[in-house]
Amino acid sequence: MGLMSRTSNVVRAWISKLLDRAEDPSVTLDYSYERQREQLQNVKKGIAEVVTAKKRLELQTQKLETELPKLDGQARQALAAGREDLARAALERKAFAQQQLQGLDQQITGLEQQQEKLITGEKRLAGKVEAFRTQKETIKAQYSAAEAQVRITEAASGIGEEMADTGLAIERARDKTEQMQARAAAVDELVEAGALEDYTSGEGHLDRELAELTQQSQVDEELAKLKGELGSGAAKKELEEEKR
Amino acid sequence: MIVRLMGEGQYRVDDVLIGRLNELDDRAQAATDAEDEPTLDRILDEMAALVREQGEAMPDDDLSTSDFVIPPSDLTLDETKRLMSHEGFIPGIA
Repeated sequence: MGLMSRTSNVVRAWISKLLDRAEDPSVTLDYSYERQREQLQNVKKGIAEVVTAKKRLELQTQKLETELPKLDGQARQALAAGREDLARAALERKAFAQQQLQGLDQQITGLEQQQEKLITGEKRLAGKVEAFRTQKETIKAQYSAAEAQVRITEAASGIGEEMADTGLAIERARDKTEQMQARAAAVDELVEAGALEDYTSGEGHLDRELAELTQQSQVDEELAKLKGELGSGAAKKELEEEKR
Repeated sequence: MIVRLMGEGQYRVDDVLIGRLNELDDRAQAATDAEDEPTLDRILDEMAALVREQGEAMPDDDLSTSDFVIPPSDLTLDETKRLMSHEGFIPGIA
């Protein structure tokens, strides 16, 4: 048996499970309609989840993007201070951040595709739910019990197929969103802890060393400034004292 | 006959196209058995493209059931197996 038939069978098995729930045709109709409306809500929820996940990744992207010039500056500073090792570490960290950014880009694109699929799925399902609702009333009003049973099965199968299809889309979007959230949480933690460098250089304390370097150069600068001030002011004062 | 492209909707197709789809389908099954995902994806894309080009898209409010269902090419091999194994990849009716 080929893939097409096997997939059809899976979908049919799903539908018969749906229809087995009720023996009485009119109960089947109402139950099925209720399930359809639930499924429409599920798609809407799925879309909202994807949008939230996407926003989170976009925020991370922004955060990482602001890291890049900072790391550039740190590398420059480290090199100016003759600390090539630190400059290298900062650049490695920058490379890692860029790699993460690429990954985030791909993930955002992936989520956009899922969102697109869910939106078109919602539209199709909504169309079928509306058609089912109309047909439901016709069947109830016009057909004998035996005929109604046949028509109900047909209509419910048709919409059941759409529900199975949408169900798969929701499930996949959810899987992808969960995977991304786990990954996003990991990147968040890395950024918060300033531990990105552990992944690249194998050395810790990059931030601290760079901060010390910055502090050191600030101290040097201020010291030089003070010396300059003293060079004019204090020297004069000494001279004045000698005169007395 | 009616073919559903999962995630895209239903199309009415003629018997000639069904014949071609069946040929491709055999190859898709072989690729699945051989765990050859790139080949499987390519064949599924080809099948979907044929249906889109030569089939007639059915309106959203049509309640007909499909004769065949073609899974989407962006499923991973693992996802395809889960779908086939009835392990509830399509969420169950609770």
